[in-house]
Amino acid sequence: MIGLSLAYLKDRGLNTALNILLLALSVASLVILLLFSSQLENRFDKDAAGIDMVVGAKGSPLQLILSSVYHVDIPTGNVPLDTVPLLRRQLGVAEAIPLALGDSFRSFRIVGTEPAYPALLGASLADGRMFAAKMEAVIGADVAARTGAKLGQRFVGGHGMSSGDDGPKHEETPFIVVGRLKPTGTVIDRLILTSVESVWGVHGIEDPGEDHHDGESAEDHEAHAGAAEVTAVLVRFGSPIAAVRLPGFINRQTNLQAAVPAVEVSRLLALVGVGLDAVRAFAVLLMLTAGLSIFVALLTALKEREGDMAMLRVIGASRAAIIGQVASEGLILASAGAALGLLLGHGVIGMAAASIEQLRALGLNAFAFHPGEALIVAAALGIGLIAALIPALRVLKTDIAETLANAR
Amino acid sequence: MSSPDTLIGSNTAQGPLVEARGLSHVRDGRTVMAIGDWQLQAHAHALLLGPSGSGKTTFINIVTGLLTPSHGTISVAGEVMSALPPAARDGLRRRTIGLVFQTLRLIPALSVTDNLALAQQLALGQVDRAAIAGMIDRVGLSHRAAARPRQLSQGEGQRAAIARALITRPRLVVADEPTSALDDANAARMIDLMFDVADATGATLLVATHDGRIAHRFANRLNLMAPVAA
Repeated sequence: MIGLSLAYLKDRGLNTALNILLLALSVASLVILLLFSSQLENRFDKDAAGIDMVVGAKGSPLQLILSSVYHVDIPTGNVPLDTVPLLRRQLGVAEAIPLALGDSFRSFRIVGTEPAYPALLGASLADGRMFAAKMEAVIGADVAARTGAKLGQRFVGGHGMSSGDDGPKHEETPFIVVGRLKPTGTVIDRLILTSVESVWGVHGIEDPGEDHHDGESAEDHEAHAGAAEVTAVLVRFGSPIAAVRLPGFINRQTNLQAAVPAVEVSRLLALVGVGLDAVRAFAVLLMLTAGLSIFVALLTALKEREGDMAMLRVIGASRAAIIGQVASEGLILASAGAALGLLLGHGVIGMAAASIEQLRALGLNAFAFHPGEALIVAAALGIGLIAALIPALRVLKTDIAETLANAR
Repeated sequence: MSSPDTLIGSNTAQGPLVEARGLSHVRDGRTVMAIGDWQLQAHAHALLLGPSGSGKTTFINIVTGLLTPSHGTISVAGEVMSALPPAARDGLRRRTIGLVFQTLRLIPALSVTDNLALAQQLALGQVDRAAIAGMIDRVGLSHRAAARPRQLSQGEGQRAAIARALITRPRLVVADEPTSALDDANAARMIDLMFDVADATGATLLVATHDGRIAHRFANRLNLMAPVAA
């Protein structure tokens, strides 16, 4: 009877193809939303793992988190270097890691920090060693893959965080790659890490830790010249008391603000979530429409096929076999729609990641599957089955003799 | 009203293939078919002749178990069809009866070959491709074996329907108006074919028609008259 179902579906090929496409579009929409939101959330969680609080210049706390944890926005400003020892002195602070931002190389951000930063994100060296001296750099796995940079490679950073190669260059202060990190699946894969002192050096800022300096201050970097500052400080708490006490303490400092990644991310996701919910509702509506379309198609087909059904009964098909045959038509449609939808959904995610830099930066992966996809497929199959069963059950009520008499 | 005197087939030791006892059917207070007692012996092909509304289709529906008679019983191959529960009727029909209808009742989505294969699968639980090819050849449709029913001419479609009814090797082939849409030559050819194939497969024909052109081909006739009042 499956063969008969396939023959019927093939017999009205255009109708079948359109129904499959309609269902596939709804499945694809739901799959894209699911993959996008789950991968985004997962990425947010992974990137912020171990970072309990970020301290930076006053401004938008979300901007502070986006710029210093996820490296996708511009910083709120700089804070005095004293902030780092101030935080380290606080009770309950396990770690305080400075970040100095401002430059990039081929759109990859150069981050002045300490070796504790890659350690905090669970990154380890693939080869080479950790940066130590000024102008030494360790590059993330994506940076290595995309730029092809080897150990010993020299490169010149450009001013700005996403200008790529178009902005002004720091030609006189090249970096040298001394180490490359293993892939981590976090934002660090896309970063170039160096010491805070290197970033100061590039911008002609004197290192307060050095006894002597040449006082050089390039005219191009006048804006940066001045007292040694850092962009933000990532803080890991050693005790829960710090989580309660420290943010308030920091926010009372005139120039500082503290932002908690978990709070800001959940606020961001709630904002994005409203939009996602609307699109999700639309996709569900689309799926119901597809179900209705399959229902109408099968109902119409079965009305035309009442004589066939009666004939099948006459030549030996049981009622169960007839219902099974109709149900299998719905299921075949739904299965094909679901399979095509999955393929389409993952394909769109893959194409989006391949063509949109920001999405690739967020770590969108077409080959990652989410358990929720099984639910979407089950829903599509369920809709196909219900859409088929309602007309199929009409067959039960059909009077074969009368149908045949009418059809003769 | 029936005329029982014209219906007699010879009795065999095995008993009649079809046997009606006191058979009549009333619908909405009106007697739409009244046959009484009648027997059809194996291989004694019979013609059910009568004008429209005389109850031919009602009788066929009762013989094939699609309808339960108001009065009397009908037995097929020794089993009382009218007394069986629906599933058992389906089984008896599947095992014993092949049906040919006036209009093409082939599955339009399947080729001629696949229509026969489906009938075999449903009735016998298996498909014998060689037998199907042989049957299609016998009805002269080898060149149309892969064609869909809608691609066949009226005559070709009827031949395909006969092949489909006989491919399960039923003991009884019931045909409802198999020739009424055909011209004289094709009607004669159709009846020849039905006799040939039925004889070759050992089937017995029960043909219902108002088509007087084929009446002379049957020695065994059951004449139904116009409807009678209850």
